[in-house]
Amino acid sequence: MFRSLADAIHAAGSRRMSLADVALEAEAKDQGRDRADILAALERALRVMRGAVSRGLEGDLHSASGLVGGDAAKLRTSRDGPLANTAFHEILARALAVQEVNAAMGVIVAAPTAGGAGVLPAVLTGLADARGLDDARVVNALATAGLIGAVIAERASLSGAEGGCQAETGAAAAMAAGSGVELLGGTPVQVGHGVALTLQGMLGLVCDPLGGLVELPCVFRNATGSAIALAGIEMALAGITFAIPVDEVIDTMGEIGRAMDVRYRETAGGGLAATPTGRRLARERLVQIRRSTH
Amino acid sequence: MVSILDIIGPIMVGPSSSHTAGACRIGLLTRMLVGGTPERARIELHGSFARTGEGHGTDKAIAGGLLGMRPDDERLRDALDIMEREGLDYAFEKTSLDDDAHPNTTRITALHAGFEVVVVGSSLGAGRIRLTEVDGFPVDIAGSLPTLVLVAEDRPGSVARIAGVLAEERINLATMRVTRKERGGDAFMVIELDDAPSADATSRIGALEWVRWVRALEKVGA
Repeated sequence: MFRSLADAIHAAGSRRMSLADVALEAEAKDQGRDRADILAALERALRVMRGAVSRGLEGDLHSASGLVGGDAAKLRTSRDGPLANTAFHEILARALAVQEVNAAMGVIVAAPTAGGAGVLPAVLTGLADARGLDDARVVNALATAGLIGAVIAERASLSGAEGGCQAETGAAAAMAAGSGVELLGGTPVQVGHGVALTLQGMLGLVCDPLGGLVELPCVFRNATGSAIALAGIEMALAGITFAIPVDEVIDTMGEIGRAMDVRYRETAGGGLAATPTGRRLARERLVQIRRSTH
Repeated sequence: MVSILDIIGPIMVGPSSSHTAGACRIGLLTRMLVGGTPERARIELHGSFARTGEGHGTDKAIAGGLLGMRPDDERLRDALDIMEREGLDYAFEKTSLDDDAHPNTTRITALHAGFEVVVVGSSLGAGRIRLTEVDGFPVDIAGSLPTLVLVAEDRPGSVARIAGVLAEERINLATMRVTRKERGGDAFMVIELDDAPSADATSRIGALEWVRWVRALEKVGA
């Protein structure tokens, strides 16, 4: 797989291929698998993503701690906000939905991780459904998203424990933005700018979950991460470019992650987790989990 | 080398790839090592597994793995109830292993049909795992390939004999590692294969008189 998004974009441009095709070709070569076989695996992932979106929107799920649940349905039926009746609104609800399924021990696709699993399905299925694009296009977009995630894994990190939330929902947003640009007809160069424009908005984001659980603020970070991805897509498709090359933005994310204090890397030692209310809620809810399962 | 299918995946029951999916895989490998559903197990949780395991369903995931569920099995949520219904006795406790143990580590003592194994396994992130110890032998088992594990008397020619059986069964060997606790003591062999071994190959190796036990572990992860 590519270690540089610039290299992949150059390869796609010079051979007049999509980034999805470049990614599928590299994957087939690396793993010794047929392209059809890889596409079948991505189709299965898309089915699970769509299943999680639907399940979460039903609105009756709650996490073991009871800290999160029910908000996807609440948002989806609301018409009070400025984004009502837009794809943007629907995408925010879908991001909450998948993450509520995750917190309730439902089935999701970790893309790239469970903590950031809501962004990619929300953005890609939301855009595809709004534009009437078929699933074959979305499956191709997943290949592009996989390529972007692979480059981030190589150059920076995809782990909240290593790089904070920027490495989980930030990476997810970058993947969703780049693949979303391609899904909507953007060029490989525009994909690169979409990734850079999105990731710059996620830099420095800490991982500070209450009680160390993938619940709060993770569920909401998936919605806000999706919003930043949509901003990146919107700007990139308008032809806006980001002056710092995308690989350097990814390297920056890695550098910030390495410098991040351990309190902000999934340990619940800092950030929202360490607020008086965060500590109190974590304590109360963990007692509740113990009562309900033992 | 990173695969795009590692990035778009795994498909799993939430909420945490390390605390849920990885924990389930450690349970699954333990089940395969003990040769079936354990009737009894003592599961010690260390570090972050001990601290946030309950909220992440780590206990359910390990129990589910011991019951034979995969990380994408929706029954994982109910694994503790299923365990009780089937009259199985899995006890969880918090522990402190060595300082250098990975933060997400568990030690499982499992018993099935009179056979006991003690397994130490860590969840490394993104659902990847590593078993680091089986019955006191230092090992390195990732579960990413079909794997044969066996304990044999440490005698000259044993490795060649086993490789010979695999060659006769036309099974390609990916990696092989032999460890032992002391010179002349039993040897623990971990053999990763490109394809799952036939039942024949496994039983032929098990029938060698100096092999104490052998288990075929299925691939449990990417």
